[in-house]
Amino acid sequence: MKEDLLKHYGMNTITRKLLVEMYSVMLRIRMFEERVVDLYPEQEMKCPVHLYIGQEAIAAGVCLNLKKEDYLFSNHRGHGHCLAKGSAMGPLMAEFYGKKSGCSRGKGGSMHIIDVENGILGTSAIVGGGIPMGVGAALASTMRGEDRVTAIFFGDGAYDEGAFYEAFNFASLKKLPVVFICENNFYATNSHQSARQPGCRISDAAAAFDAHGVCVDGNDVIAVYKASQDAVTRARRGGGPSLIEAKTYRWKGHVGHEEDHPKGCRPKEELDYWKERDPLKVFREMLLKRDVMTASELDEIGASIKQELDAAVRFAKESPYPDEDELLKDVYSGGMS
Amino acid sequence: MPWTKVYGNKAEFEKLSGSTPGLRGITYKDALLEATTQMLASDKNVFVLGEGVDDAGGVFGTTRDLHKKFGKDRVIDTPLAENGVTGIAIGAALAGMRPILVHMRVDFMPLSMDQIMNHAAKWHYMFGGKVSVPVTIRSIIGRGWGSAAQHSQSLQSLFAHIPGLKVVMPATPYDAKGLLRSSVYDGNPVVFIEHRWLYEHIGHVPEEAYTVPIGKAVVRRKGADVTIAAASLMVYEAMKAAEDLKAEGIDCEVIDLRTIKPLDIETLTGSVKKTGRLVVADTGWKEFGIGAEVIARVVEEAFHALKAPAVRVALPDVPTPASPVLEKAFYPGKEHIIEAVKKMLVRERP
Repeated sequence: MKEDLLKHYGMNTITRKLLVEMYSVMLRIRMFEERVVDLYPEQEMKCPVHLYIGQEAIAAGVCLNLKKEDYLFSNHRGHGHCLAKGSAMGPLMAEFYGKKSGCSRGKGGSMHIIDVENGILGTSAIVGGGIPMGVGAALASTMRGEDRVTAIFFGDGAYDEGAFYEAFNFASLKKLPVVFICENNFYATNSHQSARQPGCRISDAAAAFDAHGVCVDGNDVIAVYKASQDAVTRARRGGGPSLIEAKTYRWKGHVGHEEDHPKGCRPKEELDYWKERDPLKVFREMLLKRDVMTASELDEIGASIKQELDAAVRFAKESPYPDEDELLKDVYSGGMS
Repeated sequence: MPWTKVYGNKAEFEKLSGSTPGLRGITYKDALLEATTQMLASDKNVFVLGEGVDDAGGVFGTTRDLHKKFGKDRVIDTPLAENGVTGIAIGAALAGMRPILVHMRVDFMPLSMDQIMNHAAKWHYMFGGKVSVPVTIRSIIGRGWGSAAQHSQSLQSLFAHIPGLKVVMPATPYDAKGLLRSSVYDGNPVVFIEHRWLYEHIGHVPEEAYTVPIGKAVVRRKGADVTIAAASLMVYEAMKAAEDLKAEGIDCEVIDLRTIKPLDIETLTGSVKKTGRLVVADTGWKEFGIGAEVIARVVEEAFHALKAPAVRVALPDVPTPASPVLEKAFYPGKEHIIEAVKKMLVRERP
């Protein structure tokens, strides 16, 4: 890595291995989501999908700072977060297909992903709903003296919700090891941030809660990585929570596999602008330009992900549906149903 | 069984317990405090949080001085953020703790409805049973002294409507202690509803830790003519009504529901099959309430046993008024139960 670049990010060093991981994690999310786009018109995936395409640098940059046992809380647009945290593609894809082998045994659908082994205790599709729960998990790990950080992903829409302020206040009050990541893609469904927030300076809110806030380019994986590294380090050292605002753009409509400009939801020019700033394309070009990797090495990564993805789709499609008697099970823990 | 007895007041308790030496009597609020103390002492995963849990009053005495014994890290006074703090309790439960969340008033719980209803209640099912939410949410029904519309509601049927929640309403000190422990160790979100007017009630409570099963009603008084099913404070009104009716030769069976959800339908239908008549006395509103559910279930399972239409004794469909005159008119009591029973005996089906 050239020194000018490290200076730009305020980093002493960055390894080739890490750069390769950043690329792999982003590409793995992108390819997974693009496969959903390809398969969705078959109408075999009978659940809404909220795609993450365009925002991959955030999940990758944050999660590469996390350990397997660290907790992650996410939202309705959570596929990318879970994949970046290490979730396998098979159970995820199978959940979209409503199959018994799905991560939530076919009861959650795409908005409700769980992967306990990787610290994902369930994702909420109520905007802002997962934020207090994440703070609660951090409270638990602190009470137990565990070395765990909790990362909570949410969007600029959740920043409108009281749940965010209530939870953020508590986390800062108790100096809990939480990293709040606000993925600001400027839209809550089709409502622009400027129609909902007077200042549009989300990260500045942290100061009012006596916590650390930073705003980064959410399409720049290294910038997100650096900000998260600082935040995670601070959290592990008992320095309390941080709020990272990462500006980005969602390529697809709020829900579904299609772009939304033909419906008049957002201007096409805006999407074109952000596509030029595609986090993967920009990063790939940088890796090539600086001779970090060759094109064939990068393509090999893609080929290996394709194999994983093919297997995941096969697994999802071939898995059986839940038995009908599953309907009444699991309402209560401990057998009562 | 001394534990299943209910005592109208302290004098009654002292009079009746005098013949059974060694039986300890403590108040409902002290029973809750004792249960909480024992769980905090024996289990590091149990903790208490809520607005003012460490204040001098200690939530009407039910958490008094716990922070001094167990530290402010385990008895946590929280910001006034009901939804956020409920979510925090749920998240902690997901991560392996057994939080006891305290809301001083059940009226504050609508602020936390998103976390209770959309999160706690659904988490186990929505993720195929892979995780559970062992959180206990204590809340208190207020009444009287002009508490009015926002400090006196009785919202059990709201919570009981939601799959995934359990709802308990202990009426006696014994049940308060045992059901609190059962709730904490149930493994599911339990809404634990207390009535402020029960706090000074005295009853037999063993010192050692014990549980009272969730989902089991108890027959407080055996009778042959009418079944009166009641919950919380209304159990006492039902007992008084039964006593008065006995003088008139009407023999009432009183069932204390104890748990609202899951409803102990076996005990209810068993009793109605015997008496053929049912009055349900609840602290909540009549419409779409506990009485409606109890009667519907009994009708579904034991319609032919009913000799008369079942009757609900519950609150009229208005918010709680403040003026003492209106308050008095608002709350039903033993006289309403007596009237319902008598009317029922007249209105028997041919």
